Amino acid sequence: MSSAPPPLDPSIAPPGTRTFRDAGGIPADQWHADQNGETLVPTHCCFCGVQCGMYLRVDRAGKVFGVEPRNHDINRMRLCPKGINAYQQVNHPDRLTAPLLRRSRDEPFREASWEEALDFTVAEIRRIQAAHGNDAFGLLGGASLFSEKTYLVGKFGRVALKTRHVDYNGRLCMVSAAGANKLAFGIDRAGNPFSDILLSDCLLIAGSNVGECFPVMTQYLWGARDRGASLIVIDPRETAIARTADIHVALKPGTDAAFFNAVLNVVIQENLVDKEFVAAHTTGWDEVRASVADCTPEVAADICGIPAHQVVQVARAFAGADRAMAWHARGIEHHSQGVENCLTVINLCTATGNLGKPGAGYGTITGQGNGQGGREHGQKSDLLPGGRSIANPEHRRQICEIWGIEETELPPAGTSMMEMVWQMQRQEIRGLIGICNNPFVSLPNYATVKSGYDTLEFHAQFDFFLSETAANAHVVFPVTTWAEDEGVMANAEARVVKHNKAQEPPAGVRTDTWVMCQLAQRLGVADKFSYAGSREVFDELRIASAGTVNDYYGITYERLEETGGIAWPCPSTDHPGTPRLFEGGRTAHPDGKIHMQAVEWHPPMDPYDEEHPMSLTTGRTVAHFLSGNQTRRLGALVEQTPRPWVEVHPSHGFRNGDPVRVVTRRGSEVFPALVTEAIRPDTVFIPYHWPVPTAANALTIDALDPRSKIPEYKVCACRIEAAERIDEVPAPPAPPGHQAYPATQVSRTDPLPPTSPQGRGTAERS
Amino acid sequence: MMGRTIFIDPGRCIGCQACVSACRECDSHRGKSMIHLDYPDEGHSVASLPTVCMHCEDPVAPCAEVCPADAILVTADGVVQQADTTRCIGCANCVNACPFGVPKIDLQAKLQLKCNLCYDRTAYGLAPMCATVCPTGALFYGTVEELRAERPGVQVADSFTFGDVVVSTGVAMVVPADKVQWPVPGGLPIVEVNGKDVTR
Ligand code: SF4
Ligand code: SF4
Repeated sequence: MSSAPPPLDPSIAPPGTRTFRDAGGIPADQWHADQNGETLVPTHCCFCGVQCGMYLRVDRAGKVFGVEPRNHDINRMRLCPKGINAYQQVNHPDRLTAPLLRRSRDEPFREASWEEALDFTVAEIRRIQAAHGNDAFGLLGGASLFSEKTYLVGKFGRVALKTRHVDYNGRLCMVSAAGANKLAFGIDRAGNPFSDILLSDCLLIAGSNVGECFPVMTQYLWGARDRGASLIVIDPRETAIARTADIHVALKPGTDAAFFNAVLNVVIQENLVDKEFVAAHTTGWDEVRASVADCTPEVAADICGIPAHQVVQVARAFAGADRAMAWHARGIEHHSQGVENCLTVINLCTATGNLGKPGAGYGTITGQGNGQGGREHGQKSDLLPGGRSIANPEHRRQICEIWGIEETELPPAGTSMMEMVWQMQRQEIRGLIGICNNPFVSLPNYATVKSGYDTLEFHAQFDFFLSETAANAHVVFPVTTWAEDEGVMANAEARVVKHNKAQEPPAGVRTDTWVMCQLAQRLGVADKFSYAGSREVFDELRIASAGTVNDYYGITYERLEETGGIAWPCPSTDHPGTPRLFEGGRTAHPDGKIHMQAVEWHPPMDPYDEEHPMSLTTGRTVAHFLSGNQTRRLGALVEQTPRPWVEVHPSHGFRNGDPVRVVTRRGSEVFPALVTEAIRPDTVFIPYHWPVPTAANALTIDALDPRSKIPEYKVCACRIEAAERIDEVPAPPAPPGHQAYPATQVSRTDPLPPTSPQGRGTAERS
Repeated sequence: MMGRTIFIDPGRCIGCQACVSACRECDSHRGKSMIHLDYPDEGHSVASLPTVCMHCEDPVAPCAEVCPADAILVTADGVVQQADTTRCIGCANCVNACPFGVPKIDLQAKLQLKCNLCYDRTAYGLAPMCATVCPTGALFYGTVEELRAERPGVQVADSFTFGDVVVSTGVAMVVPADKVQWPVPGGLPIVEVNGKDVTR
């Protein structure tokens, strides 16, 4: 028996830190982890919008070396493979540990001191802004940052860089849903917590591959189905959850609005409208009703390429259920009609009275961990903290007061992420700082993106790995991972959760907050950026959000640690938070009504023709996250999904593994075929996590939704042809700066005591 | 019949391989996963099927029975252990004997590797890593009563036919209601969703 573990040092251990013994109810001295002096730091997964609770295992030397499932309300111990392997990033051999610098893109990077890298960056900012104006410098943030940092990105851009061009990569995530929510409800978040799913009788999932993109959410779907709920899935592919759905509608990409209009048409025809609810709580119903009058099941069947009876089936199942819920994700949002697609779903929920009740409602499933929180506090080009509009004089005044600047100093709204790339091409933007984003993989139409970034006179990136985009920069600042700092994220339910610090960052690495404050200091606004750490930023954010729709004022770090998460709005420190919106049919609009909006379907932006007769659609795989800068470096995940492929229907005559060239108006690339009946014959699918020459986004179109400015990733015209030789299929290039895959649990400092029963003498021979 | 054990419910499996990654992380396997994820209907559907050690009860542990080095032990609670590294000679007899295709051989180390129901966890009341993390509950750890409380009316089978041979196992599988009366064909995907057989 070993000696007891050393006691936790309360000054460094985050609240809730446990030993293994506490976590599992395991008798003392029988669990080797305790004997190793190992501690479990409670935190959340850094990846998707589910934000699963987990413990990071920290060894006696204070290093993260493993993960242990955590019984948090959101995930109840469950994790997906990304969550399980996430800890391997923390002490990964590819980590950047010194600033990288070069004065021109022709030179290789060299390691530089922090002083030199910061001074050079500030000199370049000043040079560009003096010659071309403040707006010639842009700032692009990221939705994987804690909310404190996204707040600071917005403030840093407007107050230190004094530029209007601030945006973030959440622009590629759920902004269409946000736009629709704002229009219909006056508030931008999902209406219900995940736990409401368990109470639903009919679940409609539109454009979301829940099984692969939000795996841990599937437990809620199954919980409802165990009670007898029916499941409707709208998706061009038969995904893992579509496979067992009661109704799977495999519609043609880009036709969602027509489908949902037709469903509403049937709901009206069959007298399934909740007339009382509509009369009491909505505006715009007459226009909506008129707008769907011509969209019969037959019309939709023709547009969507589905049997007409499915429209009727869906209408009856959804409107006929006691409590029905609709959830959607990028599949209907990544379109030039993204906002409108979401509005048609809202119209359906509203017309059937399915809003604001346990088991009945509406939600969008956030892709990035902080896709929700990432835009709430001013990182988006048109928003100020608390979701305030940058165009609203009263909102501007309030924020200027908190920031201590004159209203005339606060720039107006800027443009969106993709538009900023076009501005780079036109040299309207000449310098850029990117914070934890990787547009070289994640933006559509790679050729345009590359030419935009190549035109920049100065480009700096913050990241902890050298992403494809950072590899193009002049300066790269090595920053912390999520396990080396504390902060909050808001998940897909708008539940604010706290991430804790599990280890000290490696020598040479700084927090994003520190880097922004250092730059601000050198830009002459030190007084407005003197934060000791996340907590001080959070307290300012709370005040900046007070009284707004996105009210965080009542949320404190202490409360988050006690409760495991609080859904905003939470206006006071004794307020329990608001997991469910629209109770009693009341929205955040001043009149309290749901503003229904008529939508007319229009075809996707990239027209089909003889050369390009098919649809290309893109999406995620379960093993990789977004641009893959993190997950393509984790051996287990690379082994699970080493490369992209193109999914094609057997009717095209390919066999598995055949090289298939996919051609769009932007370019062509060759992928191995995955031949499957699980996709429509007129559609192909490519997962998008890899860079060129294996990048789906070398092919996708940079058309944007006019309101949300989200790119139309989910549909463009293409053709497929047989590539001649198998060796034409390129392998994905290694991520920049890749050294080695971390081994599983190699950093354990002590050898394990025997755990197998033969070591305990309890075994019987068979 | 079964006490606390793993129940496999292939109808729920989304093929995410969280179980595979989790198995790699557990302290008894450290870096090597002992879970097989099969895609039984490839080309038609995305169906997937996790296989963990079934901990055969009758005949008890065919892998152990054929082991010439007597390296595979079965504990009193019916858990078939990974081969004892001090005895295993890496001959792969166990691989050939297992009707479910579970044991693997680490060719470099010349040692057998197999699922031991996370004995380091289950012996102390924790669920195995795979069943703990499985996002869908396709792998469930508990008693059949606990399973039924969560999934009312669920039917499970713990005997499987391989030709004329019937193997009863310590790990059970969720099966369609009409198949539970008989030993279920071993090695075939049986996919149950809400009591219905949706196997193609
Ligand atoms: S990626 Fe999402 S589902 Fe997977 S563990 Fe992380 S938060 Fe959970
Ligand atoms: S973790 Fe569960 S759902 Fe995922 S592959 Fe394994 S058994 Fe299937």
